[in-house]
Amino acid sequence: MDIYRRRKIVNVFNLSVSVLTTLFGLFFLFWLLWVLFSKGLSHLNLDLFALDMPGPGSETGGLRNAIVGSLLLTGVGVAIGAPIGVLAGTYLAEFGRYAWVSTPVRFINDVLLSAPSIVIGVFVYEIMVVPMGNFSGWSGGVALAIIVIPVVVRTTEDMMRLVPDTLREAAAALGAPQWRVVVDVVLKASLSGIMTGILLAVARIAGETAPLLFTALNNQFFTLDMDQPMGNLPVTIFNFAMGPYDNWHDLAWAGSLLITLAVLTLNIMTRIFLRTKK
Amino acid sequence: MNEVASANAAEGKRTLSGNGGVEAGNLESPFSSWEDTATAATQIENPKIEVRNLNFYYGKFHALHDINLRIPEHQVTAFIGPSGCGKSTLLRTFNRIYNLYPGQRATGEILLDGRNILDRREDLNRLRSRVGMVFQKPTPFPMSIYDNIAYGVRLYERLGRAAMDERVEWALRKAALWDEVKDILRQSGKALSGGQQQRLCIARAIAIKPEVLLMDEPASALDPISTLKIEELVAELKGSYTIVIVTHNMQQAARISDFTAFMYMGRLIEFQDTNTLFTNPASKQTEDYITGRFG
Amino acid sequence: MTEEESPVAVAATQGAPRTRAFGDLLFEGITRSAAVGVLLVLGAIVVMLYLGARPAFEKFGFWGFVTTAEWNPVTEMFGGLSPTVGTLVSSLIALVIGLPVSFGIAIFITEMAPPWLKQPVGTAIELLAAIPSIIYGMWGLFVFAPFFAEHIQPVLTDTLGELPGIGVLFQGPPLGISVFTAGIVLAIMIIPFIASVMRDVFETVPAELRESAFGIGCTTWEVVWHVILPLTKVGVMGGVMLGLGRALGETMAVTFVIGNAHELHWALFEPGNSIASTIANEFTEADGEVYTAALIALGLLLFIITFIILALAKLMLLRMSRQEGLRS
Repeated sequence: MDIYRRRKIVNVFNLSVSVLTTLFGLFFLFWLLWVLFSKGLSHLNLDLFALDMPGPGSETGGLRNAIVGSLLLTGVGVAIGAPIGVLAGTYLAEFGRYAWVSTPVRFINDVLLSAPSIVIGVFVYEIMVVPMGNFSGWSGGVALAIIVIPVVVRTTEDMMRLVPDTLREAAAALGAPQWRVVVDVVLKASLSGIMTGILLAVARIAGETAPLLFTALNNQFFTLDMDQPMGNLPVTIFNFAMGPYDNWHDLAWAGSLLITLAVLTLNIMTRIFLRTKK
Repeated sequence: MNEVASANAAEGKRTLSGNGGVEAGNLESPFSSWEDTATAATQIENPKIEVRNLNFYYGKFHALHDINLRIPEHQVTAFIGPSGCGKSTLLRTFNRIYNLYPGQRATGEILLDGRNILDRREDLNRLRSRVGMVFQKPTPFPMSIYDNIAYGVRLYERLGRAAMDERVEWALRKAALWDEVKDILRQSGKALSGGQQQRLCIARAIAIKPEVLLMDEPASALDPISTLKIEELVAELKGSYTIVIVTHNMQQAARISDFTAFMYMGRLIEFQDTNTLFTNPASKQTEDYITGRFG
Repeated sequence: MTEEESPVAVAATQGAPRTRAFGDLLFEGITRSAAVGVLLVLGAIVVMLYLGARPAFEKFGFWGFVTTAEWNPVTEMFGGLSPTVGTLVSSLIALVIGLPVSFGIAIFITEMAPPWLKQPVGTAIELLAAIPSIIYGMWGLFVFAPFFAEHIQPVLTDTLGELPGIGVLFQGPPLGISVFTAGIVLAIMIIPFIASVMRDVFETVPAELRESAFGIGCTTWEVVWHVILPLTKVGVMGGVMLGLGRALGETMAVTFVIGNAHELHWALFEPGNSIASTIANEFTEADGEVYTAALIALGLLLFIITFIILALAKLMLLRMSRQEGLRS
């Protein structure tokens, strides 16, 4: 067969493979979502939110304490991590543009972004759980904060860099000191982008299990006491999935569906926003 | 000072050519006339700004060469020249806005009312309250129209509500924008059209009552009607302010300025009252530029 | 005609010039501390991990620990070989499967998809990355593993398992819980990462270059293979390593399906373990200093491996973006 025909065939073949791989990827996405909905939806009822975790052998129960615990831990994680992240991102975008320390900071930040979260859990275990003598909600929150920081640093810097220099110059030309230029003009202009970054970080930590395994551990009972082990959805799902009881498995699926809905909603919202911003 | 120059001064004419009269028509190297800029500079008494032996560098690149210049008070001075000649660079030394970027530096002296603002100890924020700037692209802050104007004022003065309202109205009237925005003061500055935004920026710069107003191609991003409004504004403002305007539009310079400086490749080639520069330029280069032989 | 002098102008002619305002220095100081804090966190992690792991290294020696397979809490003999191999093998499987798929997706999105399809498909693929690891674990354990054990594994065992040489890889009990399953789940998890980096670097190729390639009559595939890919080689490598770094550190998805067995087999369908799954399963039950230290030593090992891979990935992406004049 002549060269031309062969090239054509190779082309069609490879492009078809591309389409197939895309369908392959999308297939798994839909399979996952389908499984989640079919197994979890039926167990999504009011009991889930009203009752606490069932003990072994107990027939009824919900995930109330785990849900509340997750909200608390996520809140603490963001409350600690977001301010640090915004400050560091502000430094990289505004003051540190020409400073030599910025390059290693950005580099390390991006490495931390993808670091194994279980190692972070072990780290916080060593620095908080061991000295304190017990697992606690606070250590879980700190572990989550360490995951939040790199995400927020990255998005804050990116958003602030989008603000054009002429805006900064206009404020400086009025005589405003640099910190005023940054706070009054640049931060204000990039505020919605920064908030979006924080939401992305929330979505990230909402489903994290590994860092909580040896920090907040888990708690079968309802508690708001952050000095004690704190119940949370991901570890509960882990324990219930590995357990022998069917109702535990059902709850695990319901919890999985909850987490996935929360995370996907946050992600879609932020992606839509980020696309319109750019 | 040189005799021919003082003779010319007696006629009220400020020219450059110190050594041999009008050079138009002579074939000469492009840079022969820059040595004579000192002569023109000395003609203006009590200049608002005096530039002495200014050299400017972007990193290693030598952008401005030995600039000597005097900017007269309460007049409009225009900087013209082809792209890259250094006119914006020169303008931006007057409020030291270049200090935002390391690697950009200036040597020499720039005297504002007799005091050298290139001195390392100069308080930059106070300097910028006396020397205001309007940029090429309108830059409304992410605030309401009212707050845009009030922002600069609040940096320096504590005004009560009534006094601030007055100042905002005064600035907007001066910028010929008041009638168009008086009912929408709380709306975002971004809601205005390009021409209105630029007048907002002018109002914002005027609100802090500077002595000098630097304008870097303020109308180049605007449509002809807005441009006209801005030019009218400049004519009106010069009574209270010293205005230095950079423009690549020669006709605009001819329309609105009292004095014009022509620059080329980082050097000041000629500085004259506008009429003379455009009708009877001393340097051949100036003549080539304004007749469109290059640029 | 002149209005009254601005109070600032008056003050300015009399006032003393100030050096850089206190407010500026304070603000910069605070933000810089936060930025440097990021570096300190990394340093602290390495230090604490090392301190925690030291008892194990003192007992077994670093290379002794890494190369021994025996893991016996009773006799307090711990060797990290099995988890390490499990981590590396499952990640390798993930790459082998994930890389071509990501490549195909990137080509589809950048070269083939009509404009109205680009956005939704891109977003859908990225949503795969957003789904938390534990969800993959649930799906893997309850749905995928049984399915794989029943329908796919027997086919592979009967066909590839019979081949000489590599056949020994495709053996194992039809449980679905194995190193191989973990690899597949990991593959699905890292596909969005690699695909989106590839897509970003493909789109940096200037339009004129693509147009001239098409202009001389190249087919789409040829443009991708001969023009786009060579230009973006470095960035693609960076994306691949980013995915690899992710796969190495994944915990929950792997823990659910890998089987938690401290055994080394050639057969991929046998259960095994990874560093992350071992730590996840055994950390809270580890008693005794040496046991805990051994687990922390595994953590340190994992951290070092992923750090190196991620640092390399970042370097490559930086080099790529420098060529293009953007920021990666």
